Amino acid sequence: MNKQRSLEVLVGAFMAAGLVALFFLAMKVSNLSAAGDGTGYVLTARFANIGSLKARAPVTMAGVRVGRVEQVQFDKSTYEAVATLRIDRSVDSIPDDTFANIFTAGLLGEQYVGLEAGGSEDYLKDGDEIQHTQSALVLEQMIGQFLFSKAEEGGK
Amino acid sequence: MVLDALARLGRVGIDALGALGRGHLLLLRMLAGASEVVRRPGLLVAQVYNVGVLSVLIVVVSGLFVGMVLGLQGHYVLSQFGAEESLGVMVAASLVRELGPVVTALLVAGRAGSALTAEIGLMKATEQLSGLEMMAVDPVRRILTPRLLGGILAMPFLAAMFSAVGVVGGYFVGVGLLGVDDGAFWSQMQSKLDFDEDLVNGVIKSLVFGVVVTWIALFQGHDATPTSEGVSRATTRAVVHSALAVLGLDFVLTALMFGN
Repeated sequence: MNKQRSLEVLVGAFMAAGLVALFFLAMKVSNLSAAGDGTGYVLTARFANIGSLKARAPVTMAGVRVGRVEQVQFDKSTYEAVATLRIDRSVDSIPDDTFANIFTAGLLGEQYVGLEAGGSEDYLKDGDEIQHTQSALVLEQMIGQFLFSKAEEGGK
Repeated sequence: MVLDALARLGRVGIDALGALGRGHLLLLRMLAGASEVVRRPGLLVAQVYNVGVLSVLIVVVSGLFVGMVLGLQGHYVLSQFGAEESLGVMVAASLVRELGPVVTALLVAGRAGSALTAEIGLMKATEQLSGLEMMAVDPVRRILTPRLLGGILAMPFLAAMFSAVGVVGGYFVGVGLLGVDDGAFWSQMQSKLDFDEDLVNGVIKSLVFGVVVTWIALFQGHDATPTSEGVSRATTRAVVHSALAVLGLDFVLTALMFGN
């Protein structure tokens, strides 16, 4: 009986340690603590070019993450990219003239959607579309423009 | 001559297919006996102790060193791109997705799987299994089922410990030794690793490996030639087959989970 008891205690400690490890991985290593867990509400935004924006990229406002990109689709009638953004439920006061930009974190970092609040009194609701958007800056295009303008300067 | 060679090839094929069939039948019988474990949870506890608790030390120590090596090697590569801050992502992703489940399964196959095969094989060689049958106790239900379920149960916990300790090891080397920024190490890790996609898939992998490793070990023991040589061969086969099955299945699972 005593042996069985100490065996059970050891197995219990083993399973507790395993659960602690899983909990540590979930909270400290993965994004569970910051996940939007499928609640919140959905906004869409159309971009002429989304660069390399991917699903699960962060959506930020003033640099603070307020949601995630849920999916990116291609609209074959307008040849635009439609990004579906899932915004945390707590952030329910985004003005309807908000500006959506695609930024890059660092020089070579991943791309994310940055929202700049407008001044409207009306707020965006579930399913609404963000009207004002600006496409991703594509590095090659910028370099091309830079070289072009330099060449023009040189010609004068 | 040609017919002899053909016959030998045929016998190899028949033997392999026969073993495969016996293995699956044994798995079905073990699973059918799961009710025995519900009636006697003590049997399961003892096996979780054998496979799980006794493997903690080797798993934790290996995890620590694997994590530290990942920290060193990852820092070397990432520093060439000036991306040392991504060290946390690299260490955690490789551990949670691949190395945690796979290396744990390999360690358990060597540490606990071989012991299971030897135990069952010796039970068969010394006719303890037949003895149980004589007493109208089904040895599959009474001996094999608790070992299978214990192994399946213990594996995810061991893999989680391996990954968690590995991440801490990578943290010690990356942040403590090589001077990666503390905050960036954790925050990049959290922003890049997904709970469903990375963690849950890692746990699914380790569950699958738990089934495969204990199943192969038990089958090899149960199917061993009941001599001392037969048991030693079965033990070798158990470890080799488990290792191959784990690595092969890992590729299949990775392709299914992450390869879109």
